[in-house]
Amino acid sequence: MSVDLAAPPMPSPMPAPAPARHAVPWLLTAPAFLLFATLLLAPLLLTAVLSFNVYDTATGVKAGQYTLLHYAHVFSDDYYLAIFWRTFWISMLVTLICVAVGAPEAYVLSRMRNPWRAVLLLVVLAPLLVSVVVRAFGWSMLLGPEGLVNGLLRAIGIGPVKMLYTEIAVVVALVHVMMPFMVIAVWTSLQKLDAGVENAALSLGASPFATLRRVVLPQVMPGVLSGSLIVFGLSASSFAIPGLLGGRRLKMVATVVYDEYLHELNWPLGATVALVLLAANLVVMLSLNRVVEGRYKKALG
Amino acid sequence: MRNNGPIALAFNALVIGFMLAPLLVVCVVAFTPHNTLTIPTTEFSLRWFRAVFAHSDFMSSFWNSLRLALCSATLATVLAVPAAIAITRHRFPGRDFLNALFLSPLIIPHLVLGVAMLRMFALVGGTGSFGWLVLAHTVIVTPYTLRLVLAALVGFDRSAEQAALSLGAGQATVFRRITLPMILPGVTGGWMLGFINSFDEVTMSIFVTAPSTVTLPVRMYMYATESIDPLMAAVSALMIAVTAAAMLLLDRVYGLDRVLVGRT
Repeated sequence: MSVDLAAPPMPSPMPAPAPARHAVPWLLTAPAFLLFATLLLAPLLLTAVLSFNVYDTATGVKAGQYTLLHYAHVFSDDYYLAIFWRTFWISMLVTLICVAVGAPEAYVLSRMRNPWRAVLLLVVLAPLLVSVVVRAFGWSMLLGPEGLVNGLLRAIGIGPVKMLYTEIAVVVALVHVMMPFMVIAVWTSLQKLDAGVENAALSLGASPFATLRRVVLPQVMPGVLSGSLIVFGLSASSFAIPGLLGGRRLKMVATVVYDEYLHELNWPLGATVALVLLAANLVVMLSLNRVVEGRYKKALG
Repeated sequence: MRNNGPIALAFNALVIGFMLAPLLVVCVVAFTPHNTLTIPTTEFSLRWFRAVFAHSDFMSSFWNSLRLALCSATLATVLAVPAAIAITRHRFPGRDFLNALFLSPLIIPHLVLGVAMLRMFALVGGTGSFGWLVLAHTVIVTPYTLRLVLAALVGFDRSAEQAALSLGAGQATVFRRITLPMILPGVTGGWMLGFINSFDEVTMSIFVTAPSTVTLPVRMYMYATESIDPLMAAVSALMIAVTAAAMLLLDRVYGLDRVLVGRT
């Protein structure tokens, strides 16, 4: 699964060499550029073209014939609109839960002492490196009709609840998959926080709650927001979790694209849905990123 | 700094339990002696692990995944080291674009990459070829490798290099004897992170693998959509064990906290 770990280090360039020496950096980046041009840029371009290609159920893709029909179809058909809406609200809910749980968790962890602090941080983050299929399978065992969670619910008198193959299972498992990203984002901004300011607020008579709300929270907000962006983006495009825990009925955007490609064999329509997802993701990420950066640059100087 | 109160600690325990629960349950159920997914209480059995090793599909997928991860992590490292040197040490037209391009697979959903690669493979006739699969995986693991190599090169003290150059060493010798050893933790850490990410990848791979090149996570995904039995738990437990071993190694070489939260 796609993971965005810590924020990328910003490379600091050396003083500019003479223009004649541009050949050296270009040569050094050429192999990687060649790979990315043939296996990233060209395929994306081809897929964009494909999404405009005419598709015929009997003969397949008609190269050279173009139409906007697939886009019109995706934006007008209730089936696709319902799936986009479901994907949106599930991703939104997962993001909110991750903020509500991940941010305080990062804060609690940051106030622990070593070795607990280091060990528990790793426990929270390490599932990130375990295949998402394994984690989905674990949740299907926990949330199944005979699973541990239903056993507990039965023990306290709430009869068995159908969770597997419903939105509940998808949301729970997505929260589990996304939680490390939120903790990483908040943790990173907590590391920049000056403990002295917090102590100053306390020593000047602010209550712990007021300190948290007025001093800590404003400073970790950029971390919370960038974590939310990552969580929302990854949730909206998640495939294995809805595929394994949503069952055949409960589709999200990624599972629909998979169906179009490998069952319906309508590649142009699948490409259209995938590109709409990509465009929506990029718009949300880039615009929110700009808002966040602008606002916090002003607010924090 | 103040200590955490009891409520904070209880909350922390719940979150830790939540994060570990699915992994623990998989590992425990894998030892069941029964034919159903039950938690073994009285006796433990290794029968499902034996079943995995006797299962030719899972085994061939495992070897596929292993070869694929070895090849793509290595290729990604070979591409990322010179690219990172160019990006950190030179200011040239297109530098920001290339940096963004090489990191972009982190932002583009793997689903979209899978769809795009499938289109490309179909056009060049590369569907089902191991070589094209390696290239596809290299694209998605390069950003991880590149980031750690970039981190190693930023804040790099170049005085040792300059001393070697002024003493008459050639560019190649300086790179081999000074630069590479100094950025080695970043390079090996990046390689391992690339390895783990390639080994675990499912969303893109499911579009571009053919029956002969199916990777282990894809095989598991397909198996789990058909049937759920303790065999799946045993494979999952083995996956967790492999990942844990890789993490331990990564921690030794580079420091897991540095990889995960970017602390240097």
